[in-house]
Amino acid sequence: MTAILKTSELNMRSISKSFAGVPALKNVDFNVRSGEIHALLGANGAGKSTLMKILSGAFETDTGSIEVESGSYTFNSPSDSKRAGIHCVYQEVDTSLVAHLSVSENIFLDKLAASKGKAWLKWGSLHEEAKAVLSQIGLTISPRALVRDLTLSEKQLVLIARLLAEKAKFVILDEPTAPLSIEETHKLFGIMKGLKKSGIGVIFITHRLPEVFDVCDRITVMRDGERVLTEEKQNMDAAGVVRAMLGRSFEEEFPKLAAVIGEPVLTVKGLEAGRRVRGVDMVVRRGEIVAIVGLVGAGKTELSRVLFGADPADRGTVEVAGKPAKLNSPSDAVQSGIALIPEERRKEGILVKESVLHNLSLPILKSISRLGFLSGKLERELANNQIANLGIKTSSISQLTAFLSGGNQQKVAIGKWLGTEADVFLFDEPTKGVDVGAKSDIFRIIGKLAQEGKGIVYLTCELAEALGLADRILIMCDGRIVKSFNRGEASQEDLLYYASAGREEFV
Amino acid sequence: MKNKLMPFTFKYGALIFIGLVILFFSMKSEYFFTYSNLTDILRSISIVTFVAIGVTISLTVDGFDLSVGATVSLSTVVTATLMVWYEMPLAVVLIVPIVVGALVGLLNALLIVKIRIPDLLATLAVMYIVGGIHKTYTKGYSIYSNMPLQDGTTAPGVMNKDFLWIGQGKLLGVPFPVILMLLAVIGAHIFFKYTRWGRQMIMTGGNEEAARLSGLKVKRVRTLAYVASGVFASIGGILFASRIGSGQIDAGAPMLMESVAAVFVGYSVFAAGRPNIIGTFFGAVLMGVLVNGMTMMNVQYYTTDIIKGGVLVLALAITFIHLNRRKA
Repeated sequence: MTAILKTSELNMRSISKSFAGVPALKNVDFNVRSGEIHALLGANGAGKSTLMKILSGAFETDTGSIEVESGSYTFNSPSDSKRAGIHCVYQEVDTSLVAHLSVSENIFLDKLAASKGKAWLKWGSLHEEAKAVLSQIGLTISPRALVRDLTLSEKQLVLIARLLAEKAKFVILDEPTAPLSIEETHKLFGIMKGLKKSGIGVIFITHRLPEVFDVCDRITVMRDGERVLTEEKQNMDAAGVVRAMLGRSFEEEFPKLAAVIGEPVLTVKGLEAGRRVRGVDMVVRRGEIVAIVGLVGAGKTELSRVLFGADPADRGTVEVAGKPAKLNSPSDAVQSGIALIPEERRKEGILVKESVLHNLSLPILKSISRLGFLSGKLERELANNQIANLGIKTSSISQLTAFLSGGNQQKVAIGKWLGTEADVFLFDEPTKGVDVGAKSDIFRIIGKLAQEGKGIVYLTCELAEALGLADRILIMCDGRIVKSFNRGEASQEDLLYYASAGREEFV
Repeated sequence: MKNKLMPFTFKYGALIFIGLVILFFSMKSEYFFTYSNLTDILRSISIVTFVAIGVTISLTVDGFDLSVGATVSLSTVVTATLMVWYEMPLAVVLIVPIVVGALVGLLNALLIVKIRIPDLLATLAVMYIVGGIHKTYTKGYSIYSNMPLQDGTTAPGVMNKDFLWIGQGKLLGVPFPVILMLLAVIGAHIFFKYTRWGRQMIMTGGNEEAARLSGLKVKRVRTLAYVASGVFASIGGILFASRIGSGQIDAGAPMLMESVAAVFVGYSVFAAGRPNIIGTFFGAVLMGVLVNGMTMMNVQYYTTDIIKGGVLVLALAITFIHLNRRKA
């Protein structure tokens, strides 16, 4: 209402989108003015990225319209939306850049690739023009440098230079700060403010609340596919935003089985691996469910893979049941008594082209064979046991796991470890893509494992699950455990606060 | 009606096709469907089947071994020279080429598993190298009993009688190579169906990362698969030497395509849609029947390649149409 001056507006009106009948967006209105930085917030699965993908033309909307400067558009492809002046810098910068070409070529990629372009390249003037654009955002790298030699933050800036060269009017920055250091983040904020000054509307997606209040003018919060609020920054505070993101009626019943907590079964000291696991210490006891919560990119998956030997650790020690564990490969980890139910179920947890039977017996092939020959009877017996135990719904034991539902696939991914002597179970986002009924089955299975004296590590970004299930909650942020709560000590707000605040809050 | 007919065609189509081909040739020529001709067909495919079993193993772990043809050539001349040049006892003559085949497999595994060169490129390079080695080793000459040597003398040794029996002899009226082939087919089938290591190979090929995250030592499994591929190729080479009674240069060159064709025709047998030993065997049988029958009908030798290629395309088309439909 206030900005009818000379600014133009981007309006998305009553956008709805469903995937296979499941609504991802419900009648969302979204408005961005030119010359503002607009934060788009929401928990995972709230619909932010779907909305942005519709805006950038990657998805088609089911209903509704998009208006830019009083022109109405339907975007069927990313090039449509670029023509309307909307550009997107995705989190995965490498997918948008050609690594073995120079910075200049990358900046003018669309122009060079255009079929109407000139047949001959003038390298001199190309580099000159690129230099001009780069200096606009204060980037001092040589336009002749190859993109593959740049740092991640420089690559991001090259992408921003590209959209300047394309005369973008509205820009989507999809979690640009997630992989950046604090310095790099500040540099990026400076550039964002520059974009704003030159009249570009910036849509800024992030999980880190302090950043929002640093640079943004307005805030839109989404939850469960709906827009909850759009407000000027001055009218909001961090607590209000968190409440809006989580909603009020979020309580859910979790079957929590009582288990006796015993001696430590997993002891991790000073574990480091690459940039994502930067010094993790923790102890898990028998019968204890320890949840590790953190936002996407906090390093949870990386931690679970290092603990399982799937990725190498740089430093640190791991003990299982008092014995030092050698973690050079997953097969070492299994020997040591660790089992992993990975996040990427269909790619890593099960073999979709193999039967339920063969999946369930995979880790225990040795114990069901004699002199190398498999006992078919024993194999089937054990598999039938697991199917009955876990309530796996399958038409037959020889059904391919590809044809099972997500929840039943997950049960197979869990069930295959139950025949091993594992002491420690690592669950990485086990409820992802699993329906409600199967979810509580999975919680019950995890509870039972704890009752049997196993140590459970439950890595998740679903705060409610951590609160409902865990005896202890560790919060992971930027590769470190930054906070620990006992059961009942923390609220969702606390968890989200520590998970998104970042380490600068703790100095 | 149609829903039932289609899966049936996919499942038994290949076998019915083989049956029809046999029926066709039997009607065309009275000599075709005789005991001596049928055993002749089996004998003619025995060498290719050994090589094809190796290819099946490498494909099972989702790899590919293009070097098998060159390995056959190398193994053939090594076998022959051990007798003709060095007069070695039979045991050495049999063991050394197999060790050589295993070494070629290890080299492949080193390049593919350790250095991570894509399988096709690595084995293509190894094929080149091994092909060069076997010609360098023999200086480009084929090896035969008492062959003249470059210094003007003749080679001291002859092809061992017992050795020649392996490729040419008969046991209870069945050519010995056929018995060996059937034993290998049954053995390999049992290996994949009933042993832990076979299962590990299948699972590794199904999804290497998932298999690894289930605790399998996938690198070791893949290495063993390439070694096995090399060993089976070298056995093919030994059989070739004993069958021909000499060590021919480049003997194995045509083996690569023929064995690969057999394996891929095998994909369509029982609608397996994946490499499998029984399918490979029937694939080899089909190819053998086609060559034999067409030769009887005086089809020009090179024309049979066109027919064989056509059959391969047909089998692949059926398999992949079926697989893609199942996915959808």
